[in-house]
Amino acid sequence: MRMKKKIFLLGFIFVMVFTLGCRKGVSHLILATTTSVENSGLLDALIPVFEKEAEAKVDVIACGTGKAIQLAKNGDCDLILVHDPETEKKFVRDGYGVNRKSIMYNDFVIVGPEDDPAKIKGMSGVISALSTIAHKKALFISRGDDSGTHKRERQLWKKVGLIPEGEWYQETGQGMGATLVIASQKKAYCLTDHATYLSCKGRIALIMLSNRNQLLYNPYSIILVNPKKYAHINYRKGIEFINFLISNKGKKIIREFGKEEFGEPLFHPVGE
Amino acid sequence: MDYILAGLKEAFRLLFTLDRGTYTIIFLSLRISGTAVLLASCLGIPLGALVGLHKFPGRGVITTILNTCFALPTVVVGLFIYLFLSHRGPLGMLGLLYTPSAMITAQTILATPIIGALSLVAVKGVDPSITKSAISLGATKVQTTLTVLREARVAILAALIAGFGRVITEIGAAMIVGGNIKGTTRVMSTAIALETGKGKFEIALALGIILLAIAFLINAGLYYLQRVKE
Repeated sequence: MRMKKKIFLLGFIFVMVFTLGCRKGVSHLILATTTSVENSGLLDALIPVFEKEAEAKVDVIACGTGKAIQLAKNGDCDLILVHDPETEKKFVRDGYGVNRKSIMYNDFVIVGPEDDPAKIKGMSGVISALSTIAHKKALFISRGDDSGTHKRERQLWKKVGLIPEGEWYQETGQGMGATLVIASQKKAYCLTDHATYLSCKGRIALIMLSNRNQLLYNPYSIILVNPKKYAHINYRKGIEFINFLISNKGKKIIREFGKEEFGEPLFHPVGE
Repeated sequence: MDYILAGLKEAFRLLFTLDRGTYTIIFLSLRISGTAVLLASCLGIPLGALVGLHKFPGRGVITTILNTCFALPTVVVGLFIYLFLSHRGPLGMLGLLYTPSAMITAQTILATPIIGALSLVAVKGVDPSITKSAISLGATKVQTTLTVLREARVAILAALIAGFGRVITEIGAAMIVGGNIKGTTRVMSTAIALETGKGKFEIALALGIILLAIAFLINAGLYYLQRVKE
């Protein structure tokens, strides 16, 4: 009798555990995106509206652009929302992604301590600013995590024509918010996306030191994982989500997001 | 200093305003880690008793392996399970990645060796005369083992507490196989890591305080149970 009870209990536990994981009922989408988008809170404004409209659930996984693309290549997400045009184009060219659409943009900014030890404020070019930081060996904190921001930073150093290394150049390997906090504590320069900077501004002692510049343009695109590679990809809902983002309704949410809290929008819909 | 005070304040606010998001996170943490510890004890206690009470070749090796698993890095366990559950991996068709089940699997793997090794020590610590008298009274092997386990129950409870402590605070595996999805796989440990990453130290600290408070309540309850049994 006792043995039977135990077997029953064990069976019950296993059934419970495995039903926990089943996704029944509503249609699920997994969206892998960058920490800069997730940390800003924009998706918390967009997704509930879409979920209601489309009767679907969107699960968001926040990671760097590099990891998001790797997850998509393994078929572990349906959509990616990332910001590294070169890698995105290669991803589509290699047949992993379809239906790439530009959604929104903002810009990268160079931030640094208020006293600006390398005196880069007011410099017109990004390249000259970075080159000055390097030559004066002023402390610069890099993400170092293969994220979209990190990739852009490396492209910029390439344009400067030097490989950043030495004691003045340090890598955190962490997300944008955490990296800004570290840069603030160390009184260092840092390249960040505008949205994360605005949402962290109250907690860090760093000021914006760069002006708007084509080299700092930061576009975000959404790409659907190719359903021909992985049959389980939720193609129909994925397309619906993309259409929602580029619809007037989606654009309006993007345009309005953050205006109230930060005095300016964090992202601009494409075409505006 | 103001950070710490703000954290305490935030913790009370989150708890007493019945913030739904916070309760979801707490409930998920308890459900996932609780199930994992339950499964791990179903595997670990018999394993510990088996190795602890019987002499057989390879016993030393198994004990050493169990003890080595105390140092098992959580990220490595997470990565290992990810590779299995990924759609490219051998178990990809189950669609278990980014579900609580995947997290339970990872946490069970982490907790089993701890519960096993500590149960082993627990049954070894039981006075050998109890085994002898049980056998002389005509007890079967299973009955003898159950008698020893009953004798060792306080130490085994401690093993369960250690296992629970390991998994409820664990971040590495939970992040990789759970994905930190809001409402589905976001648990206390991953939420704390997320808020810290955002630089929102007050909320992170508040969640940390809540986690400790829950651990305290559970331990207080178990201590009370031990006292009643004694």
